[in-house]
Amino acid sequence: MVEAHERARSAATPVILLKDVHKIYRTSEVEVHALQGVSLEVKQGEFVAVMGPSGSGKSTMMNIIGCLDRLSSGTYILDKIDVSTMSKNELADTRNTKIGFVFQAFNLIPRTTAIANVELPMIYAGVPPPERRARAEQALEALGLANKAGSFPNQLSGGQQQRVALARAIASNPAIILADEPTGALDTKTADEIMRIFSQLNADRGITIVLVTHEADIALHAKRLVRFRDGLIQEDRAIVPQDDVLSLLHPLEV
Amino acid sequence: MRFLDIQKMALHALGKNKIQTALTMLGIVIGVSAVIAMVSLGQGAQKLVQDQVAGMGTNVLQVQGGGGWNAGGGGARQGGDQQSLTEGDVEAIRTEVPTVKLVTPIAQAQGQFIFGNQNWQARVEGSNQSYLEIRGLKIDQGDFFTDADVRTASRVVVIGKTVADNLFQGSDPVGQTIRIRNLPYRVIGVLTAKGQSATGQDQDDVAIMPYTTVQKKMLSSPVPRINRITISAINSQATGPAKDQITNLLRERHAIRQGQPEDFRVNNLTEVAEAAEQTTVIMTLLLGSIAAVSLLVGGIGIMNIMLVSVTERTREIGIRMAIGSRGSYIRMQFLAESVILCMLGGLIGVIVGIGLSLAIARVMGWPSFVSPQAATIAFLFSAATGIFFGYYPAHKAASLDPIEALRYE
Repeated sequence: MVEAHERARSAATPVILLKDVHKIYRTSEVEVHALQGVSLEVKQGEFVAVMGPSGSGKSTMMNIIGCLDRLSSGTYILDKIDVSTMSKNELADTRNTKIGFVFQAFNLIPRTTAIANVELPMIYAGVPPPERRARAEQALEALGLANKAGSFPNQLSGGQQQRVALARAIASNPAIILADEPTGALDTKTADEIMRIFSQLNADRGITIVLVTHEADIALHAKRLVRFRDGLIQEDRAIVPQDDVLSLLHPLEV
Repeated sequence: MRFLDIQKMALHALGKNKIQTALTMLGIVIGVSAVIAMVSLGQGAQKLVQDQVAGMGTNVLQVQGGGGWNAGGGGARQGGDQQSLTEGDVEAIRTEVPTVKLVTPIAQAQGQFIFGNQNWQARVEGSNQSYLEIRGLKIDQGDFFTDADVRTASRVVVIGKTVADNLFQGSDPVGQTIRIRNLPYRVIGVLTAKGQSATGQDQDDVAIMPYTTVQKKMLSSPVPRINRITISAINSQATGPAKDQITNLLRERHAIRQGQPEDFRVNNLTEVAEAAEQTTVIMTLLLGSIAAVSLLVGGIGIMNIMLVSVTERTREIGIRMAIGSRGSYIRMQFLAESVILCMLGGLIGVIVGIGLSLAIARVMGWPSFVSPQAATIAFLFSAATGIFFGYYPAHKAASLDPIEALRYE
């Protein structure tokens, strides 16, 4: 709760700040300019949907924001820390404490109980067992999975697995949650359920969310839209109540 | 990350694939138990030889009658068949060789021992009163014979434990009279049991009499027969010089010219024993190294499985890295897995190896001997195997790119 207050007060400061970010992949012959000067500012408590066709650079940007990849040039400041020049270990620690990941394929550790999965990031952070157990239980309870703590991933439905993944993401109180097509493997009803949870986490806890999706109806849950094309941000605007699936799908015609 | 959590994580991962874990461990179990069994076997043999050396008495030399194995012309002849040693030789060795402490002539015979309705075939060693001390033997019941018994060729006998058990069936043999070749002999003592020799011979199946008694009463040959002379030197350093001095003395006494083969053979039993011990040491090393190879093979098995496991769990590694595991944590986890695997395998191997050593010792009728050094070394070696063969796969896991790993199907 204290942390939520803190974040509310610092709502004006950007939690993600990308300045003229370039990313160039070099294979033996070819050079791919995946990001060609991306600048983006995401403030505390925002809920951003990232859209764009495959190969537009949105995944590359997500990897950089997620500290999984390093940029070729430019600056990235995450929660007031410059991560552009961090070492591998520092990046790992930053992922551990600042970022919660939610993936399309859920990515829970197989044959490991739900609660153990939720505890895992805190194990790497060195949180003592009683505390991390308590926090994991709280996170599962918040997502309505208190009775599934001892279940293995293969005993859970897709929606339940994704909720465990969400619990894992929020248990360590991250600054941002990065979600890469979190509903891509779910049916419409379950997808809607998961999106409501995202909205709730964003509204109730003030957690900043950046979410990649192909689907306009998923993007409608967000408050801001960032559209990528050819390694650049093509569109960056607020999502207003008047928006519908069509207005998000065909931006150029609106 | 806390150390205990790494261990727990590794154990958890091993527990997920029980059959694979067990089979991988089996390689180490076999390796470690083979090392322990082989080295224990070798050291058991070594101990056996040492016991035998102690059983022969300390600093013992032996003069065999007859030509040596390389005596010229007719090839090897069995020592002792030829009558070449005399009582004069015994006296000369006793009085003229300064490095000699005790000397006894040995006259051998075989006899059917009869007591009541029991009878028993045993080897008879005729000697003088110094025999016990030279051979390092002890009397369990009764007494040994004296100088007077030797001089008068009295019909007294000291019997070994096996003879006593078979003839007397538990009753006290001392003072009883037994018959050998129709002559009565009085049992005056029973030797302390010595057990089996390295070759499986029962060292207690023996009877000792004054050599004069064997010569005159048992063999009654015209020439007093001396099969060999057993000598103890004053100390262990003296056995070498004693051998040379005795050889020179007997060559002179037997009038053997320079370059002619001897009609006797002097064996330094300590030397023989040392050679035998050396052989067992080499055998131990050899067996141990062969077994160590199997431990090495087990280690390669570990590496193989760990590499497969890293590939299989690529995605899991990616997840772990994404949620904040440093590369070094991944390395430690995989290393812990292989080390735990090896140490557990090593522990089981130690138990199996000790069991195997005891079983082999029992089957071979050897004194059971478990080598604690071999067990310790094999166990530590298995742990080292875990680190050595686990490091590369662990390093491979730690150097994975999280993005690539997450995408891995």
